[in-house]
Amino acid sequence: MTPTPELPPERTTYAERRSQRIDALASASAAEEGGVSLIKSAWRRLRRNPVFLVGLAITVAFIALALVAPWLAPWDPAARPLLDDVRPQSNPVPGPEAGHPLGADDKGRDLLSRLLVGSQQTLLVGVLATFFGLLGGLVLGTLAGAVGGWIDSLVMRIVDVMLSIPSLLLAFTLAALATRPSQWTLIIAIATVQVPIFARLLRGSMLAQRASDHVLAARSLGVKQRAIVFRHMLPNALGPVIVQATLVLAVAIIDAAALSFLGLGNPDDRRPEWGQMLGKAQPFLGEAPHLAFYPAACIIVVALGFTLMGESLREALDPKTRR
Amino acid sequence: MSTPMSTHAVHPVHSSEPLLSVRDLRVTFGRRGEQPFKAVDGISFDVRPGQTVGLVGESGCGKSVTSLAIMGLLPTRGNTVEGSAVFDGEDLLRLSPGQMRDRRGREIAMIFQDPLSSLNPVVQIGRQVTEVMERHQGLSRKEAMPKAAELLERVGIPDPKARLVNYPHQLSGGMRQRALIAMALACKPRLLIADEPTTALDVTIQAQILALLKELVVETGTALVMITHDLGVVAGLCDEVNVLYGGRIVERGDRHTLFSRPRHPYTVGLLNSIPRLDAPRGEALSPIPGSVADNLPWDSACAFAPRCPNALDVCVQQTPEWEGDDVVGLRCFNPMGVSR
Ligand SMILES: Nc1ncnc2c1ncn2[C@@H]1O[C@H](COP(=O)(O)OP(=O)(O)OP(=O)(O)O)[C@@H](O)[C@H]1O
Ligand code: SF4
Ligand SMILES: [Mg+2]
Repeated sequence: MTPTPELPPERTTYAERRSQRIDALASASAAEEGGVSLIKSAWRRLRRNPVFLVGLAITVAFIALALVAPWLAPWDPAARPLLDDVRPQSNPVPGPEAGHPLGADDKGRDLLSRLLVGSQQTLLVGVLATFFGLLGGLVLGTLAGAVGGWIDSLVMRIVDVMLSIPSLLLAFTLAALATRPSQWTLIIAIATVQVPIFARLLRGSMLAQRASDHVLAARSLGVKQRAIVFRHMLPNALGPVIVQATLVLAVAIIDAAALSFLGLGNPDDRRPEWGQMLGKAQPFLGEAPHLAFYPAACIIVVALGFTLMGESLREALDPKTRR
Repeated sequence: MSTPMSTHAVHPVHSSEPLLSVRDLRVTFGRRGEQPFKAVDGISFDVRPGQTVGLVGESGCGKSVTSLAIMGLLPTRGNTVEGSAVFDGEDLLRLSPGQMRDRRGREIAMIFQDPLSSLNPVVQIGRQVTEVMERHQGLSRKEAMPKAAELLERVGIPDPKARLVNYPHQLSGGMRQRALIAMALACKPRLLIADEPTTALDVTIQAQILALLKELVVETGTALVMITHDLGVVAGLCDEVNVLYGGRIVERGDRHTLFSRPRHPYTVGLLNSIPRLDAPRGEALSPIPGSVADNLPWDSACAFAPRCPNALDVCVQQTPEWEGDDVVGLRCFNPMGVSR
């Protein structure tokens, strides 16, 4: 029933490539088996996939760490226990010593504690941005896929325009529009960038659902339009959205770090965030590269975890790679 | 509605008014600028209360499109539907989508070929059965649930109470088709359209499902349109049979006449391709040569001519017209049993 999207040809535009990836995932939901057993059979393959397991382990460890960070951190991230060791001329960044295994930052605050507590902000920004992006995409995609007609054309026109702009650039532009940057402007900017991805994805799987046998069967019983959309189409269309959400989390975390690094995030450094820490480490790259290295490594590892998990999930659900 | 057993005899009472009267139904696919494709090309037939009518033909001859057109379930764009389908005095093809929705499931219901994909994978069986009763009978889910259990019991699902909370993938293929039959018959529709309801099932299950359908239509007096490519299914179930070829009806008759004295060469071909138990050992089945891809356009010829053993010159020059009425008829220049 569902056309399998063609492999991307050699020369395609950026927007086309993004759209094709999204559509391939959408078509997974319409694969012959139907939602429940689709996820089941995907899980059977994933259980033995080391790439997925590594991604899962990193992700779980990160989330667990973020949840217990305040109790784990030896110091308050805003306290300045090593303030006395900071010598702006000779020793701007105090190194490791007893009780401070990673040393301190340029304001004498315990670096380990700041990294631990920083994971919370990173997780919060990522999760909230993904959540709002998902919400917006859900509304637009459901509208476009279920109503069709000119609403569909309009929504998809906007979505395609947004998809043709690289997401980081768009997020950067949106965040820079805010007169007073804060954590919330950051979240909104990143969420907005994710909306077209989720919208296109959901529309694709809603269209596949609309053409499905069980929707035809429900219509043959006179089931009302609203029940068709919300009971028969939407729950079955959500599968690929869940996969996309894990991928978006990875992107959201990287983007959030990038924007904070550029000073477009929360300006208050008493609440640490990895991207912000990385930004503030810039002046000391020569004397204390570790100040930049630790938050950067954290961002990379966590983003890698989400990406490995999301990509192998996507692969497991993709009808083209299934045997 | 109760129809006494006697009216559902081999020869139905033709005097009764038709429940469904399809006239000159045409469905054309293709948007502007494209070459239009006539999937259904002027089909007419009647279904009387309590009667079982078969639509038979090879894949692609327009059986499903006919039934979807009657049900108002064709895609909203990309096709045109002409003709009429009068059901109980109303032309279904002229009703608004909302009016049609009120009739589907209550007056006319349908069952489909693939029972697994026809059920919503993420909704429990019980809820799927009660949904149609909530929709048309104004029952709450609580009121409808015991009725759903009764219905499942009636269609032969063992332990129906436990099945209510099962998901479709937890049921066997036969059970799923039984559940779909229960859903279709939940509001006691007057007409049921079954589109190849047994094609996706094992042979032993097929016979059970057909027996169940037969039993239920007799019991409830529901008229049945049975769509199939399998004349064996028709033989056991239908009062009247319509043989379709290339979007038109080529032969019609009651099943006894059709089976004992088929006249259209295509009907003969279909009959010869049924495996028979009494056939001499080693005798090969004779499938119809060629495929529907060879069809000629009906406008200027007989579509079946390239595959027809009886074809005459006239067959590729003129359209054979329908000779007959709404009970028996034929569309052929050189039928079987007539000297060549
Ligand atoms: N939505 C559509 N758009 C274009 N053509 C269609 C569409 N639906 C059906 N057709 C065409 O109409 C013709 C009749 O199709 P239909 O599904 O009615 O066949 P059928 O007799 O039910 O065959 P089968 O036994 O395979 O179910 C086919 O050639 C098919 O390709
Ligand atoms: S009209 Fe001619 S070609 Fe067509 S079925 Fe009859 S004999 Fe064959
Ligand atoms: Mg069909």
